[in-house]
Amino acid sequence: MSGKPVLHYFNARGRMECIRWLLAAAGVEFEEKFIERPEDLEKLRKDGKLMFEQVPMVEIDGMTLVQTRAILNYIATKYDLDGKDVKERALIDMYAEGIADLSEMMGQLVVTPPDQKEAKIALIKDRTKNRYLPAFEKVLKSHGQDYLVGNRLTRVDIHLLELLLYVEEIDSSLLAPFPLLKALKSRLSNLPNVKKFLQPGSQRKPPIDEKALEEAKKIFKLS
Amino acid sequence: MAGKPVLHYFDGRGRMEPVRWLLAAAGVEFEEKFLKTRDDLARLRNDGSLMFQQVPMVEIDGMKLVQTRAILNYIASKYNLYGKDMKERALIDMYSEGIADLDEIVLHQPYIPQEEKEANLAKIKDKARNRYFPAYEKVLKGHGQDYLVGNRLSRADVYLVELLYHVEELDPSVLANFPLLKALRTRVSNLPTVKKFLQPGSQRKPYEDEKCVESAMKIFS
Repeated sequence: MSGKPVLHYFNARGRMECIRWLLAAAGVEFEEKFIERPEDLEKLRKDGKLMFEQVPMVEIDGMTLVQTRAILNYIATKYDLDGKDVKERALIDMYAEGIADLSEMMGQLVVTPPDQKEAKIALIKDRTKNRYLPAFEKVLKSHGQDYLVGNRLTRVDIHLLELLLYVEEIDSSLLAPFPLLKALKSRLSNLPNVKKFLQPGSQRKPPIDEKALEEAKKIFKLS
Repeated sequence: MAGKPVLHYFDGRGRMEPVRWLLAAAGVEFEEKFLKTRDDLARLRNDGSLMFQQVPMVEIDGMKLVQTRAILNYIASKYNLYGKDMKERALIDMYSEGIADLDEIVLHQPYIPQEEKEANLAKIKDKARNRYFPAYEKVLKGHGQDYLVGNRLSRADVYLVELLYHVEELDPSVLANFPLLKALRTRVSNLPTVKKFLQPGSQRKPYEDEKCVESAMKIFS
């Protein structure tokens, strides 16, 4: 039974945003059912739709998939955005996991206590400019191609683009020393599906604001 | 250039243990180069061997792979432990990621400061008994087959069995209400490659004692 994938999550970036990006880049239309009150989450749990009682959850091709990486892997394979063989996939996975590590640090910022925030931001900036961005600039320099792996668009280019936009949100000067990453960012942003997703009115989510987060914490018992 | 995979890590479970289990279950011999000092780590970094300056790192088939999931995905695909199609892989990924979430809490236990150990242990017990183990028991009950996915051994079974042993070390009665998990563990443990890995003298690592923790802290601080 086909139909559009249905994404179940809060109306926020969180752990679902990378999935929205990948579907959008693949040109796949999707629906979203937002969890707005505790009852919404309870219902999903009671209906047995969440294997580990958690979201993100995506209904796709008759499956009720949870776990961000499981969902991303399936989408990438289905829409031909994964490597063409086991070795390309190894590179894609290695790069994507590095991106995920830095994204995870950024994601934790919203739940970092105020007295620790400054130190956390300093660490993120340090890792960004000394560990992660140099690693990806080096990859692009080494083969001189337009994409990270296999000379064609794969999932990891999209994951990296998303990350670079978040890096810019934190501090736009962080990208300055990385000309190849800047070029990749421009190139990817001009792909028709990506360009569309970057326009206002798309399903792309804005950064969470502190007030909305406080509200959500009060409403939900976030575990 | 073929040859045995070489695992670079310290002499402890940490984030490398699932890699050891998977290679062992696949019947693949591997070598280990243990980091013993900060200088060993620095040397690997200066050689440009570590894409993100971190271990685990595995030299395999001409690649220097870092990131545990990248390594596990490659091994699982290469040795046919990753399902027969996209849909089986989705289930294997979903199950493996759940195990990884629980493992993330479990693998930290030796490294947690003494005063926080009890709380972390309580968290492990709660999540294992109330969230994760029931989910996998339900999968096995649902299809009544011998393995989690596709009626044959996959990486998900190997990882789950590893975790069943590790959680039981911390919570000896945890498996009491999960007969199908117990049966899976027995079945997988009796496979010749796994049986061998479970014997003393194999490359399987013990629970990290204080000395091991101290040594790891020195290398990575």
